[in-house]
Amino acid sequence: MAESANGGPTLTAALFPTDGAAAADWLAARDPRLRLLAAGLFALMTLSLTQVWTTLTAGLIALALAAAAGLSPRMLGGRLLALEGFMLILLLTLPFTVPGEPLLTLGSLTASRDGAAQALLILLKANGVVITLLALAGSLEPVVFGHALARLGLPAKLVHLLLFTVRQIHLLHQEYQRMDQAMRVRAFRPRSDRHTWNSYGWLIGMLLVRSLARARRIMGAMRCRGFHGRLYLLDTPTWNRGDTWAAAALGLTVTALTAADRLC
Amino acid sequence: MAHIPDGVLSAPVLITGAIASAGLLTLALRRLDYDHLPAAAALSAAFFVSSLISVPVGPSSVHLLLNGLMGLLLGWTALPALFVALVLQAVFFGYGGFAVLGVNTLNMALPALLCALALRPVLRRERQRSAARPVFRIGAAAGAAGVLLTALMLALSLGLSGQAFIPAAQVLVVTYVPLALVEALITGTVLSFLQRVEPGLLPGAE
Repeated sequence: MAESANGGPTLTAALFPTDGAAAADWLAARDPRLRLLAAGLFALMTLSLTQVWTTLTAGLIALALAAAAGLSPRMLGGRLLALEGFMLILLLTLPFTVPGEPLLTLGSLTASRDGAAQALLILLKANGVVITLLALAGSLEPVVFGHALARLGLPAKLVHLLLFTVRQIHLLHQEYQRMDQAMRVRAFRPRSDRHTWNSYGWLIGMLLVRSLARARRIMGAMRCRGFHGRLYLLDTPTWNRGDTWAAAALGLTVTALTAADRLC
Repeated sequence: MAHIPDGVLSAPVLITGAIASAGLLTLALRRLDYDHLPAAAALSAAFFVSSLISVPVGPSSVHLLLNGLMGLLLGWTALPALFVALVLQAVFFGYGGFAVLGVNTLNMALPALLCALALRPVLRRERQRSAARPVFRIGAAAGAAGVLLTALMLALSLGLSGQAFIPAAQVLVVTYVPLALVEALITGTVLSFLQRVEPGLLPGAE
């Protein structure tokens, strides 16, 4: 994956995941609507679980799906790391704030076993849901993702906004990289001072100005092509027998895990 | 860290957040017509890209929220723009989660909307007098208010989900204070820059 100047993965590589392994055939052939529904259902099920072992199983299934979707472990790890800042604060405070059987005592503070268990459950759920989303929805092409959302009943106007935005993010990120490079060439180095913050203010202002110029050109081009106040979605969703089987397998997995969680 | 992950909040908080943001989103979409869609998308893409810049503050670095600025420039359109950004971040970047999408949208969008309602009229009035100083101050106010209100709403969503989360919520609010300061300075700079370079972007130009 391409790296940006400050070490993180670039947005362009992230939004248009052409690198990395290809998705497994059985997953790539599934109807995008089914993948979104599956992501939502599996996420909700993961959140409803109450035991550590069932939540862990759900997380492992999500990991298997991520592998099938062709997500590299390195990229997945990077994405999950973004989550852990928030998690760290919760994990460090929860054991001390939930009352229960003491596990560890630090001066006047007591960490409870219940609090630690609750923190572990939250950690597993949060990561499980993110892996599920990245594997089933995030590995779709953004355009396919938008169309599937519209076919599932999201307002068309919102979907068009999403599709336009995805395209513009790609272009404006290139614009940003050009300006960033121009600043560096002129010996700009980001520091924690007023000069840096002013420069970033001007950079963001310039991005906004350029984006508006872009929007005006788009609108002109649309009018040239006979735009009259309405946009259309041009895709033909196809549901095949494999999708029915996959939906059945998903239903079975969700039911089995939920039942195991309540009964065992 | 304005994205709360899944698994933390309680069901009533999640459901309230989802219903409230769905309602506000419907209202906002009704106000947005297809003619303004490309402009709304281009601006929200610019905000999305800007929020990826890591800005050094002291020994650490932060990412801007920019919801105050979005409210000022986009008005009601800030709502769908923020929602789209959060969906893209959740699905393609792994920030946040699925069931918390409503709460996360509300935490970012409500402050943006408040900035729009409170500060857009002030900005419009000041711009008729074409003074540079007040424009910077209005921007700074929007930047700080956007971040601080989001921090408060974040703490509120945690606190309402359980007593045990209150210390974590307090820690989180404190971590937002430096961001609010930097965001105030940057938003002010952006606004006085736009006033000089492209006043058509600011409210009151229609």
